[in-house]
Amino acid sequence: MTITKNSLVDMIHDEVGLNKREAKEFIEEFFEVIKELLEDGNDIKFSGFGNFILRNKKARPGRNPRTGEEVTVNERRVVTFKSGMKLKSQIEAFDGE
Amino acid sequence: MILNKSELISNLSKKHKTYNKSDVEFSVRKILDYMSKSLYSGERIEIRGFGTFSLHEHNSRTARNPKTGESVALQKRFTVHFKPSKELKKRVNNKN
Repeated sequence: MTITKNSLVDMIHDEVGLNKREAKEFIEEFFEVIKELLEDGNDIKFSGFGNFILRNKKARPGRNPRTGEEVTVNERRVVTFKSGMKLKSQIEAFDGE
Repeated sequence: MILNKSELISNLSKKHKTYNKSDVEFSVRKILDYMSKSLYSGERIEIRGFGTFSLHEHNSRTARNPKTGESVALQKRFTVHFKPSKELKKRVNNKN
């Protein structure tokens, strides 16, 4: 099963006791605030979960994989996620079942 | 700048005047715990407009400690992979 915003809304409704509408608003705002902070150039660290880190990528020559045509990949800023120690070790214990 | 959980909580509390800070703090902790638990139970997380977290499988291999040159046996393992949504990619790259 895939976890979506709706799963988080239900969880917040059950565990925190907000009604569904408030819970939905809260979840939307949680992700919106993260996006705003990243957009403004901040890295975000959630201890135990992981870090969202911005990286500046230099321009590089690339290729259109469909046509083989050479193009320049522009200089850009990307966001990466690095899982924290706790989550990493919990994931490593996952056996694939 | 590097922000941590408590700074995110302050930002979120400012937006959400109806909840006090400890409610926001509790909820944020619940969200992160729930997401961690989902991932280590093998579930993927798909947040529209934000991105997708999924597990990537890495086969067992023999690696080397780059400092000592010593061989290290790595077990088959899973790691978390985050793929930002189109929207997030675009917003993060707003300067270009």
